[in-house]
Amino acid sequence: MTLSVRIIPCLDVTDGRVVKGVNFTNLVDAGDPVEMASLYGLEGADELTFLDISASVVGRETTLDVVRRTAEQVFIPLTVGGGIRSVDDVDRLLRAGADKVSINTAAIGRPELIAEIADRFGSQVLVLSVDARRARTESGFEVTTHGGREGTEMDALAWVEKACALGVGEILLNSMDADGTRAGYDIGMITAVRAVSKVPLIASGGAGTLSDFAAALDAGADALLAASVFHFGIHRIGDVKSYLDSHNYPVRTLAGK
Amino acid sequence: MIAILDYGSGNLRSAERAFATSGREVIVTSDRAVALQAQGLVVPGVGAFAACMNGLNQIDGAAIIRERIANERPVLGICIGMQILFSRGTEHSENGIHAGVGVWDAEVSKLNAPILPHMGWNTIDTDSGSILFKGVEDQSFYFVHSFAAKSAVGKMQSWSTHGEKFLASVEDGYVSATQFHPEKSGDAGLALIKNWTQSL
Repeated sequence: MTLSVRIIPCLDVTDGRVVKGVNFTNLVDAGDPVEMASLYGLEGADELTFLDISASVVGRETTLDVVRRTAEQVFIPLTVGGGIRSVDDVDRLLRAGADKVSINTAAIGRPELIAEIADRFGSQVLVLSVDARRARTESGFEVTTHGGREGTEMDALAWVEKACALGVGEILLNSMDADGTRAGYDIGMITAVRAVSKVPLIASGGAGTLSDFAAALDAGADALLAASVFHFGIHRIGDVKSYLDSHNYPVRTLAGK
Repeated sequence: MIAILDYGSGNLRSAERAFATSGREVIVTSDRAVALQAQGLVVPGVGAFAACMNGLNQIDGAAIIRERIANERPVLGICIGMQILFSRGTEHSENGIHAGVGVWDAEVSKLNAPILPHMGWNTIDTDSGSILFKGVEDQSFYFVHSFAAKSAVGKMQSWSTHGEKFLASVEDGYVSATQFHPEKSGDAGLALIKNWTQSL
């Protein structure tokens, strides 16, 4: 009886469509989110993540509809992030069928939002998404906003410790330096965040080769999130799991496969 | 007809859809009469033990559960919906011990593990006579919890491990419970749900 590592495809969604581009610019349309979510579920994804990058109210309503339709046909956990600013936003997403929400910018501006959400719905629904980059803060890792375009001068490790104390149930650590490059996860960053947190840690940003996934696990990640390598078919989820399984990492395999 | 007990707890939409895949009619309700009459009652639950008990008490849920069991009407508790069936739960120490529904006289306490919550897919050591796990004994199921029961209760148990061994499920006559989320456990979870609905 061993907890499996989780392989989590992330779908960046705007106006009801999936997009993903290198370093969050030059977005390329990669399909219908509900269809892709369903496909990933069949391929053995352990969870799904939607990141809503819509800028408009209409876009966010569309995302709620995408969440609803996904939750009706894909019976694995679904996390939704992007633009969540209040307890009411969380309530709407959970009612639409999300199991977890991830918060980022709003919590930086108002950390007590973490405690408000955790008190109302429990820590297990709340993922802290940290967009971090290497910079001259105390630990060498800085929290950024706006998809990595703006620094905050906040130390990433100090932020993680504070957020854990306020009640986040999980951390999604996204390296903005590595994001979209497929040059490997930022191993040093994962190691550093693991050392200061006792909640599950999802590594994100930079997955390229199959050995990159294993390296992130060795650094202390509990789950691995990736977008472009899956969307553009560079690796199938099954390939990642077979590789990890053959290297003795615990993975969930589907019956009959 | 399957009733899913609505007492203000989390995402019921996917639970409703997951139970509907069994072919049964499913209704989400907080109505006492409907909950008592349904062939099967599902007690879901996410969040904290005390908060769930508060929500449950507001719809007189503990009495509904006890009355169903007394009348030999099947009940299935899921996640915190399993935990609240026990007699007591310990949460943050400053809050002390909280009383549960009391179907089983045992305690729900924090898992002794370096990383919490226990979040993700884990395998299970099942009882060979299990009805719930028939055909999916070797599969993984999705867990999200930091607390669990650790002593054997009821007629049949299954176990999993995160830091320490804990109760993954109980099958005890008309009342069953899973610490994991069958409605979030893909095809294996849907098979388990069907096993339960077929046993009704």
